[in-house]
Amino acid sequence: MSDALLSTRELHVHFEGRGGAPARAVDGVDLEVRRGEVLALVGESGCGKTTLARSIMGLERPAAGEISFEGEPLRYDGRFLRSYRSKVQMVFQDPMGALNPRQSVYEAVAEGLRIQKVPGDEATRVAEALSRAGLRPPERFVHLYPYELSGGQRQRVVIAGAMVLNPSLLVADEPVSSLDASVRGEILKLMLELVRDAGVTILVVTHDLGLAWNIADRIAVMYLGRIVEEGPAEELLSNPRHPYTRALLSVVPEVEEMEQLILQGEAPDPTRIPAGCRFHPRCPLVASGEAARLGIEERCRTEDLGLEPVAPDHSAACHAL
Amino acid sequence: MAVTTSLLSVRDLHVTYRTQGGSVPAVRGVSFDLAPGETLGLAGESGCGKSTIAGALLRVLPRGTEVTGEVLLDGEDVLAMKPGRLRAVRWNEMSIVFQGALHALNPVQSVGDQIAEAIKLHRTSPDSASRIATLLETVGIPARRAGDFPHQLSGGQRQRVLIALALACNPRILIADEPTTALDVMVQAQVLELLERLQRELALSMIFITHDLSTLSYVCQRTAVMYAGRIVEAGVAEEVFARPAHPYTAALAAAFPLIGDHTHRMNPSGLGGDPPDPRAIPSGCPFHPRCAVVTPECPEVDVELWPAGDDRRAACIHVLDGTRP
Amino acid sequence: MSTIAWQRRGRAARKTWSQYRRDREGMAGLVVLAVFVIVAIFASVFADHDQLNPVNTTGNPVWAPPTEVPPLGTDSLGRPIWDQLVYGSQVSLLVGVAATLIAVIIGTVVGVVGGFFGGWTDSVLSRLSEWFLVIPFIPLAIVLAAILGPSLQNIILVIGVTSWPVTARLVRAQVLTVKQRLFVERSRALGAKNAHIMGRHILPNVTPLVIANATLTVPVAILSETTLAFLGLGDPLRVSWGSMLEEAFSAGALGREAWWWYLPPGLCVIAVVLAFTLVGRALETIIDPRLRAGWRG
Repeated sequence: MSDALLSTRELHVHFEGRGGAPARAVDGVDLEVRRGEVLALVGESGCGKTTLARSIMGLERPAAGEISFEGEPLRYDGRFLRSYRSKVQMVFQDPMGALNPRQSVYEAVAEGLRIQKVPGDEATRVAEALSRAGLRPPERFVHLYPYELSGGQRQRVVIAGAMVLNPSLLVADEPVSSLDASVRGEILKLMLELVRDAGVTILVVTHDLGLAWNIADRIAVMYLGRIVEEGPAEELLSNPRHPYTRALLSVVPEVEEMEQLILQGEAPDPTRIPAGCRFHPRCPLVASGEAARLGIEERCRTEDLGLEPVAPDHSAACHAL
Repeated sequence: MAVTTSLLSVRDLHVTYRTQGGSVPAVRGVSFDLAPGETLGLAGESGCGKSTIAGALLRVLPRGTEVTGEVLLDGEDVLAMKPGRLRAVRWNEMSIVFQGALHALNPVQSVGDQIAEAIKLHRTSPDSASRIATLLETVGIPARRAGDFPHQLSGGQRQRVLIALALACNPRILIADEPTTALDVMVQAQVLELLERLQRELALSMIFITHDLSTLSYVCQRTAVMYAGRIVEAGVAEEVFARPAHPYTAALAAAFPLIGDHTHRMNPSGLGGDPPDPRAIPSGCPFHPRCAVVTPECPEVDVELWPAGDDRRAACIHVLDGTRP
Repeated sequence: MSTIAWQRRGRAARKTWSQYRRDREGMAGLVVLAVFVIVAIFASVFADHDQLNPVNTTGNPVWAPPTEVPPLGTDSLGRPIWDQLVYGSQVSLLVGVAATLIAVIIGTVVGVVGGFFGGWTDSVLSRLSEWFLVIPFIPLAIVLAAILGPSLQNIILVIGVTSWPVTARLVRAQVLTVKQRLFVERSRALGAKNAHIMGRHILPNVTPLVIANATLTVPVAILSETTLAFLGLGDPLRVSWGSMLEEAFSAGALGREAWWWYLPPGLCVIAVVLAFTLVGRALETIIDPRLRAGWRG
């Protein structure tokens, strides 16, 4: 598809587990990020979304599978990665930790330019990036240090540092979860402005479905290393097809019309992924007997499956569909 | 609310920290009541003073912190209690559930031992082993896990252990300080369900402190919204967020988009500026530098909690002239 | 832009100084150090070099107490103790600082390389540091001194080469912590190579610790030199406090109760070591909170 800016094919990323079995953090993911969109990668902790984001950044090497940017597969040699990183940039969850406390705002934003040896006037580019990130006038901020800024301002500095390289894709890992609630909206607004004005594509990793409703065009829901549902944001959130998505949506306090489906226990860790459909031990359809009634329970327990279309541009990985 | 029916009555509480840089007024005149069996939500962002209040109620703030006002538990002032009486009150009448981060529990002690310690410290119990088992089961953890260490438990389980710890001595009031922050949505729902069940079964009164308004309206009957060390709005929880009277409450509520509500679709709503530094609080209404409906009088008038509708109070002059809510 | 950066550095330095001034023990140590350093640098003003040569002191009374030959009497060859003390300070301070420099440079390089690259490199370097830590200092120094010969440079070398593991372990631990910080990952995400990360992020966060550690290593080096000289392994051509102690003891000063010979050098060693320790501790307390400053938003 020509409008796919980035795509992954059967991506597997494993980590060494304690005592033998590897942790299959990303366990076969086919993802497509389309040009100009905001794609929200949604899931709870341990589902592999951060690992997937870091793999897309080239910070983790896959055990198997392929990542392609603008049609070209990623190579892991130094030269390719450096040029790749001028096109794909990252925004981090903890803006305080992401900034070196000994570097001024100017140095933090200029760092990317220096590493990438971007020609032209550094000071002008830094000022422009700070302005575009909402820190105006830039002169007021360039000499400050991270501890002199508020949480929101720090995140803007991180965003400026990423945008100064004019990337095509911005990977944002929980960009607002460590910020005060009232400040989040401003950063999310900034991100939408960047899409509109700078033409950047955004992959936002989050656990917050409300955030996805706020800014995402499409949503991909992850569970235990796989994408279990993906589709347009409005449709997925108003008509979720996968039982996990349904359960997640039902417990979000911002949604009142659904009856709460509180799942028991917590997701198993990625070293012990269940056989068959990985969600079956916690699936409400199995627990309530609905799966047995539909005659699919045996398949749920033994047959693994991938995403199947359930509506135009909307797919889910569930035997009941 | 008539004072006589209140289980806990806080009157004009002021808390000022002493630091190397000077005095920091964290709480600047807070009053509220908690009726028996009620859950009160204290909402606010970082620096508003809500966690300080929790520490002040149990008197666990750093030595040298200046605390004035009254905290009346059944009419008796906690702030004036002698150490012996205070020890009897702490944990037996009022206890705290902290945020369940890994470092909230002693990493080298099993969870069963930590609960036993709480029981031993605060009252003599004839049979702590079975009490520990009961407590763990009450919070949904199998009793056989009493010998586990904190790192062997998941985040949700650790939070439950902290709740069990707080319930160890059958208190009447439970103060929950950000109990679901940093938990996944599903685990958060489990913990909220647990708290709701405990409140019903044990007839607990709760003070629920959080910045997450959406969870608050789920669990609490009444709420007080805090900003810069003061309460800026108080009323029935659902009503406060559905129809906020104070501009700050409105901004805060808007930061939690309702899924399905198209006014929030592709329209993030935020509040510019930052919460004020407690050492440099703006004059008049402390919210005025960030307020969307600020008028020239706002920096001049000392705001109070004025009536703003049925069972509602808000500290905004615009409730007086009828332009809000 | 860079003038402003320098202004900020100046302001930060002044702030460090005003914080340091508040530490009374640190100030006391600094004053004592200053005295010793001035005396060592301007030794010729305070003492007479010729009097160190026994050829020139045949006219002096021997074993003279301070009451007879102020300010500190003479030794068994008529050489005034005062002049030996003043010139001896040069050797002690020089060896202390030079050996520390060597130890700290080697230690920092080993610590950074091992900590940053991990894996095989780290295993090998860690094993190496452990070996040097485990081997007892004096026997090793004796062997090295015997092999290399007793000159000032060799003494400096011997002490430097045996003292680096402590710095290396400290630096490695700090590097491991800094390596995991999010801003290092951010730097990688921006496309940084290892050299950039080491230079821009690791080293600046390791340097303050190294400075504090270096200040605490100098007294160890001075004590090592004193010990070596006392054992007769020092430079025979230069007087040091250790050599003074060695000569005093072998000449039987203890038995003759010639306290003016062995007490001053001993007290000087103690004073300098204490002074450096106090200064180092004061620096540490300033540096540590600053490393953590800005952690909370």
